[in-house]
Amino acid sequence: MDFLHVFSQLIATFDSTIRLATVLLIACLAGLYSERSGIFDIGLEGKMLISAFVSAAAAYETGSAWVGLLFGCGASIIFSLIHGLASITFRGNQLISGVAINFLASGLTVVIGNAWYGKGGQTPTLEGAARFGEITLPFANALRDVPLIGPIYSDLISGHKPLVYIGFLLVPLTWWLLFRTRFGLRLRAVGENPESVDTAGISVVRMRYTAVLICGLLCGIAGSYLSTSQGANFGREMTAGRGYIALAALIFAKWRPWYAMYACLLFGLLEAISNLYPNIDLGLFVIPVQFTQALPYILTVVILAGFVGKAIPPRAGGEPYVKER
Amino acid sequence: MTAYTKFLGAAAALALTAGAALADPAIIFDLGGKFDKSFNEAAYNGAKRWAEETGGTFSEIELSSEAQREQALRRFADAGNNPIVMTGFSFESPLNDVAPDYPDTKFVVIDTVVDQPNVRSVTFRADEGSYLAGVAAATASKSGVVGFIGGMDVPLIRAFACGYVQGVKATDPDAKVIQNMTGTTPAAWNDPVKGAELTKAQIAQGADVVYAAAGGTGAGVLQTAADEGIFSVGVDSNQNYLHPGSVLTSVLKRVDNAVYDAFKAGEDVEMGAFVMGVANGGVDVAVDEYNEPVWTPEIAAAVEAAKKAIVDGSITVHNYEDDDTCPVM
Repeated sequence: MDFLHVFSQLIATFDSTIRLATVLLIACLAGLYSERSGIFDIGLEGKMLISAFVSAAAAYETGSAWVGLLFGCGASIIFSLIHGLASITFRGNQLISGVAINFLASGLTVVIGNAWYGKGGQTPTLEGAARFGEITLPFANALRDVPLIGPIYSDLISGHKPLVYIGFLLVPLTWWLLFRTRFGLRLRAVGENPESVDTAGISVVRMRYTAVLICGLLCGIAGSYLSTSQGANFGREMTAGRGYIALAALIFAKWRPWYAMYACLLFGLLEAISNLYPNIDLGLFVIPVQFTQALPYILTVVILAGFVGKAIPPRAGGEPYVKER
Repeated sequence: MTAYTKFLGAAAALALTAGAALADPAIIFDLGGKFDKSFNEAAYNGAKRWAEETGGTFSEIELSSEAQREQALRRFADAGNNPIVMTGFSFESPLNDVAPDYPDTKFVVIDTVVDQPNVRSVTFRADEGSYLAGVAAATASKSGVVGFIGGMDVPLIRAFACGYVQGVKATDPDAKVIQNMTGTTPAAWNDPVKGAELTKAQIAQGADVVYAAAGGTGAGVLQTAADEGIFSVGVDSNQNYLHPGSVLTSVLKRVDNAVYDAFKAGEDVEMGAFVMGVANGGVDVAVDEYNEPVWTPEIAAAVEAAKKAIVDGSITVHNYEDDDTCPVM
């Protein structure tokens, strides 16, 4: 257990963390836009699922991962518009609409997938340009042999799929958009106090639709990441609850972009640790892998219970806006 | 009132004739889905082979939730399907409830034992097949580190792991085996992304052969192994063709034969518990044109020797499911 060995294990752990956190991060930011505007979105999972399926199918048919991404985002946006229609225009219950989206995606992907490819909902394996390749940043190969900095730059920062970089760039972008622009101010206000926004002559409905659209776009990227970057085909229910973990991360981050990144990295790190070191032997006792896997949920419950600061959701969240009573 | 009774009688008679006409076999696929390229697909291939050879038809359903198990069983039994084949150990308790209610229907359950007079239980010595995989993996490994990725953490999958480790250690006592289970819920059978990530984690720890006993999750394992240029071992169905040159071999549970035999025997299928192992051809490792280039004479010889030793009894593979312990772990 010399230093170099420990160091390379650390690099491997953090490298895995970044890959695992990306999908959570993009989905979490998607939820952030929607919930900040006052539309609760439990349907992140379903939108990611439909996008994962459509991306994989489109990438297979066209041979281009980018075209797949485009179609995946399109499908996810259509689903988010259904959610918007139900919860904004028709003022339905947002949770129920979200659950319906999840069920719809879960069923549709398998039924359509089976009809198209006859493989029980799976899509054919993607090869070559139909999958996102890894990006090697400049000088990554030249710097590889430099001690310490070499591995950090070449293995940890370089060599990821394009969507990973897009995901992490979305964090400052979201922060800037929400807290430094007029659009962001209005978006947050719509989620806190829609009457005041309405009084100022801004359409609450339009603001909320915009937020829901952005949410659909980001869910599309997250879903596409699963099937065309991390995986090489769509498999039924392949999101495996990541949309819900993203929601947990959103609560954990108290609906703030930078904290969302920290929360997703933490959840990703926990998953990476549970993958690399299933049972952690501390000498006195062994931490079972199940504990590490459950930790994101435990932490979220602790936060929700108000032990570590208070998580206050956007005040007008979950309530349809009625202009005049 | 009499008219009503007559109507009931007629309805019952109708139901009976309908039942007799519908004495087709039925098969229920477990949550991994019919095309998991693994366990369920093997069962499907067996059913398909029977249908092609005899021209018969069979009913089928793919489960999508735990709650459907009993429902599906009862629906097929009510419809008069006979025999009813089901794949997967999760049927143990629903079948125990349902079987006594349909004494004239014959049930065939694969991968678990249900002690009822009208149930045929077929189990496979997964440990023996995995032992052979362990021998092949340890012979092929250059780094002396091999990996195992299981699906849901259940005794059956631990039996896979235990057999594998025994095979590895018998071939190379100094070899290290890294083990991971994908999860503790049925979702663990269907998470290729996690499978891929676990494979990368094992590669980071030096593994150069990874054995996946994880249903649909295994697709991600095999894919990543091919991407990273290491060997993988498939399971249940022959998965050699998926990534030629990277899939070292596949551990075959001849689930297809079990389904085929049951369908062929039809209503006369023999009841009781049957164990399929290396000796009676129930488990094996696959060698075909896809893995021939990587299946070196050295590996072939080691595996053949192990097979012979298992058949003649000079090696006894410890089955984890017998006593829930593994001597080598």
